[in-house]
Amino acid sequence: MTHAVALERVYCEYGAVKAVDGVELAIAEGEFFTLLGPSGSGKTTCLRMIGGFALPTAGRVLIEGRDLTDAPPYARPVNTVFQDYALFPHMNVRENVAYGLMVRGVPRAERARRAAAMLELVRLPGVGGRRPSELSGGQRQRVALARALINEPRVLLLDEPLGALDLKLREQMQAELKALQRRLAITFIFVTHDQHEALSMSDRVGVMNRGRLEQVGTPREIYESPATRFVAEFVGAANLLEGDAARRYADGAACALLRPERIRLGSEAGARASGTVADRQYFGAFVRLRVELQSLQLAVDVPADGVVPEPGARVQLHWNAEAIRRLDGNG
Amino acid sequence: MRSSDARRAPLGLRAAAWAVVAFLHVPLALIVLYAFSAEDQSYVFPPPDLTTRWFAVAWNDRPDVWRAIRLSFEVASYATAFALVLGTLAAAALARTQFFGREAISLLLILPIALPGIITGIALRSAYSTLEIPFSFWTIVLGHATFCVVVVYNNAVARLRRTSPSLIEASMDLGADAFQTLRHVILPQLGSALLAGGLLAFALSFDEVIVTTFTAGQQTTLPIWMLAELVRPRQRPVTNVVAVVIIALTFVPILLAYYLTRADEPGAR
Amino acid sequence: MTALAAAALPPVKPHPVSDFFYRRRALLVLLLLVPPLLWVGVVYVGSLLALLANSFFGLDHFSGQVVREFTLKNFAELGTGANLDVVARTVGMALAVTLACIALALPVAYYMARYASGATRAALYIAIMLPLWSSYLVRLYAWKLLLAKEGAISWVLAKLHLSWVLEALLATPVIGGHSLSFSPLGTFIVFVYLWLPFMILPIQAALERVPASLIEASSDLGARPAGTFWRVVFPLAVPGIAAGAIFTFSLTLGDYIVPGVIGDSSMFIGQVVSLQQGTAGNIPFAAALSLVPIVVIALFLWGAKRLGAFDAL
Repeated sequence: MTHAVALERVYCEYGAVKAVDGVELAIAEGEFFTLLGPSGSGKTTCLRMIGGFALPTAGRVLIEGRDLTDAPPYARPVNTVFQDYALFPHMNVRENVAYGLMVRGVPRAERARRAAAMLELVRLPGVGGRRPSELSGGQRQRVALARALINEPRVLLLDEPLGALDLKLREQMQAELKALQRRLAITFIFVTHDQHEALSMSDRVGVMNRGRLEQVGTPREIYESPATRFVAEFVGAANLLEGDAARRYADGAACALLRPERIRLGSEAGARASGTVADRQYFGAFVRLRVELQSLQLAVDVPADGVVPEPGARVQLHWNAEAIRRLDGNG
Repeated sequence: MRSSDARRAPLGLRAAAWAVVAFLHVPLALIVLYAFSAEDQSYVFPPPDLTTRWFAVAWNDRPDVWRAIRLSFEVASYATAFALVLGTLAAAALARTQFFGREAISLLLILPIALPGIITGIALRSAYSTLEIPFSFWTIVLGHATFCVVVVYNNAVARLRRTSPSLIEASMDLGADAFQTLRHVILPQLGSALLAGGLLAFALSFDEVIVTTFTAGQQTTLPIWMLAELVRPRQRPVTNVVAVVIIALTFVPILLAYYLTRADEPGAR
Repeated sequence: MTALAAAALPPVKPHPVSDFFYRRRALLVLLLLVPPLLWVGVVYVGSLLALLANSFFGLDHFSGQVVREFTLKNFAELGTGANLDVVARTVGMALAVTLACIALALPVAYYMARYASGATRAALYIAIMLPLWSSYLVRLYAWKLLLAKEGAISWVLAKLHLSWVLEALLATPVIGGHSLSFSPLGTFIVFVYLWLPFMILPIQAALERVPASLIEASSDLGARPAGTFWRVVFPLAVPGIAAGAIFTFSLTLGDYIVPGVIGDSSMFIGQVVSLQQGTAGNIPFAAALSLVPIVVIALFLWGAKRLGAFDAL
């Protein structure tokens, strides 16, 4: 089976800076794939190499099995939703959406028809005559989406498209994007630094750090079985057990992960550790306790509706053996 | 004048600021007054009487003025055309690139207006003399185009830097090749900045006198005509009238250029 | 989904030329640069080199022909008393004009950047930009009218019974003269008038970038307005002042028309250059003399760069 997109040992260097350092990645047809990482991790450069805006210094970029490593953007069956939307300010919304058809020489009437259908698809009917500057941030984002989709790309690239929206709108757009992707059955490659966004929307997530792909897996795999220390710390809250603590609680592993929500409070019988509550933070759905043990601190999430111990209280900590995840390497 | 929120300028500062603005504009207003002066032998103030007669004289009886205006117009048109092509190319190449020598190139482009006009003039003059090129219409155009390029370049670079590079990427992403992108995205974005740059270059060339005196030979552009009248007045009232016409003619392109590039100016909002 | 169910889109046409340059952006930049560089490089730099070369040529005083043989005679001639006077007079005038422009520009620029808003600011901006771009000769001509013995300034002073002030000024050695339009004082006033907008705009641009909170912080910490101005605003305006001074300095050094039209018979560099190349036909000496402003400006630019003037250009 051919992959929608495959990166084969791709490098991208700007002078001495390795923006992308030997990335190997295959993305299946119809997949919602997210590249997750902090800024400067190379995720946007990867996306730009798929879109054709940056050319790799080494390696190959395959799209639908074709080697398009050096192909310019207009020769690729992919389209992009840009972070700043990049709507053409001198055109109205309809002209923006129909731009891809216009440069291909599609007749005017057909362009208008398809542009209207696209605006309907992104639930923005009737704004075709307006200028981008007259739209709200959320509306611009939908126009950018419609404009990218009108070319019927096999792969849609989204570069932090929700970054500029406020929380409520962002959550709404996340759901809509996911629904749209299922409906169109095309591949989405999504770039974000927001782990919640990555975990909640994606079929698979690739976590990037310093130009390298640290781990690729389903959101569940990424969260529950992080391959490296970087992934464990970047995705979700993490207690990292090292040295003494790792020897005591993780059978002598060099480093191990224990998620705060996997720890329970209980009685002295069968407790794996005991400590003193140093501090607590209220998060609404849960309360995060900072528990001091002899040689380390552990974050422990307890339900907010139960009895929450006061700072200074002595607590007994319980967890299941499989809650401890051994980590290799230093990430 | 509308005072803004709590920040009201001290009276002394306000007075000084408006006094300087008055200093810049009273002389121009005076020229307009003199154009209507009935006195034709001296610059006596206040004018003893007012008349519109000299406008008619300048219009009807002075073909030399018309010839000078015509020549200046032609020179400025050609110089602006060259400047538009060369300035736009330079801006396109330099606006978003970084390479060794880039700073040197942009300094080189700015040099013709950074150095005094007399140096540009005498340099061109000695080049013509060394190469034994006779003075002509084109020697003037050549001189003017060198400093007009900078004006267009500055306007175009400012606009290109303000335009998001992702607009160009979006266009190519949607299937437009380089030429389609140039036609449908870059030129429409750049258009008003180029028009403004062209207008300013035109105004600059239309008014240029220092470089022109070194490169014109016997030809009389409007500024050269004006200079001759300044040194040896022939018919003072006609000079007054021409001065007013020049003010009116140059204010139009300058104001137009300002409105076209308002958003690019860091100082104006 | 009507749009997606419709007939397939026409394929993208091949674009060999566009593809070629897409992969070779450096080549494209180079190609774009060739015409402007050829123009400025060959025409302008070539001319400057011709100027430099000419400054080492001699002149046959009998035939009036340029002799293309290497000589340092022109530079030796520069060192003679009369020519040194010309250089000193010109540089002195350039300095005086620059200082006066700074003094006049600061209040306007500060007022524009800090206090004026909206329509006032736009109006002020236009009021300063218009004279900057509009006709130099017409503005000079206006001063010929103003400064004439029978002109507006004399008239106003007479009405105010202040004619004696003018007479005292004109009687002062060095700056005085026969009348305002035939004195170094007149030349100075006109230069200041002509180049003032070139000083205001860069200072305004420099001050524009200063956040108002900085000035408010200073007053908040107890500085009086004058203290705030000298300790906070002025240092921040220095890059703009330096940028403006490049203009006022360079423009004054190279001008030969103003002292010819308004001024006494003492010469400025530009006038001598103009006379030597024109009436005297001595291009080699004119070339050598015109190197003086280049050197002075180069020194000035070097100093200005150290003050950070180029950030405000």
